[in-house]
Amino acid sequence: MEPLEILKRVGERFPGKVLEVSERKPDPFAVVDPAAIVELGRFLHDDPEFAMDCLSNETGVDYKDRVEVVYHLFSYKHRHHCVLKVKLPRDNPEVATVEEIWRAANWMEREIFDLLGVNFNGHSDMRRILMPEDWPGHPLRKDFVEPLEYHGISTVRESPIIRLDQQKKK
Amino acid sequence: MPLLNTLPDYVLTTKTDELINWMRKSSLWYMLFGLACCAIELMHTGGPRSDIERFGATPRASARQSDLMIIAGTLTLKMALRTRLLYDQMPDPKYIISMGSCSNCGGLFQLAYSVCDGVDKVLPVDVYVPGCPPRPEALTEGLLKLQEKIMSERWLAREKAVDAVAQA
Repeated sequence: MEPLEILKRVGERFPGKVLEVSERKPDPFAVVDPAAIVELGRFLHDDPEFAMDCLSNETGVDYKDRVEVVYHLFSYKHRHHCVLKVKLPRDNPEVATVEEIWRAANWMEREIFDLLGVNFNGHSDMRRILMPEDWPGHPLRKDFVEPLEYHGISTVRESPIIRLDQQKKK
Repeated sequence: MPLLNTLPDYVLTTKTDELINWMRKSSLWYMLFGLACCAIELMHTGGPRSDIERFGATPRASARQSDLMIIAGTLTLKMALRTRLLYDQMPDPKYIISMGSCSNCGGLFQLAYSVCDGVDKVLPVDVYVPGCPPRPEALTEGLLKLQEKIMSERWLAREKAVDAVAQA
């Protein structure tokens, strides 16, 4: 099945929960209701017509006015794929975990939490995965301010490249 | 009385410092410790083609048995704390070779929020080996430079000086 066809059929099946279907090429995507992501995911995973048994990627994006979580689904049985997105508010973003559907989501959601600060409700192990436990903030946020030092190690970089960068900004 | 020509041929004379330094430089056991892609070159250097074991450098799996730490790869801030812990576990005298651009100055990743640009911000470095990554020949050269440095050390004189300071 073509990705666009999958998204349209899901939209017909769950009216009101698929908010928008974009036909953007080459990868069309659907923006769905954050409250319904588990229901939609369970349907796509279990229904033999779709059989999306693989969450090939789950990631997050910070667009200054909102945070998005992106789900890339793939079916080994039918060799088709589709993309779902949820839009979340930038202050305290929260969405339900899909760990129960695809186990692979465990680490990917931890990474999104670590770098963008999205909280996944119901996740079994919501800890940082890449940065140290005591790291302040979430570094892939656009408004992240780097601390000047970390445990006595200065993070001020005496680099000619940076100086050039700062000159350009002025 | 000079000892020259009074001893048989199979007896050598030397100074204590030089003997100690010679023994020390001939058994530089380095820690099996790689952080990134430089570690692959580090393994090559220990392999049969470049073979730094002929200079007495052999890998040890524990910090407590090592004399030398080769920082091979990008040092992240998270790893920097652990590296400092490992360095503290090594018995004196201990040496550090900083291998590759990343551990020298942060290299390609110096602008990243998670990277410590330069291992010398955390630990004292004896020899810097440039390259990205350095070839095994370059690391061997670095080891030889470190051996030169070790040969120039004066341990007994230093201990006397330390004693004098302590007594005063």
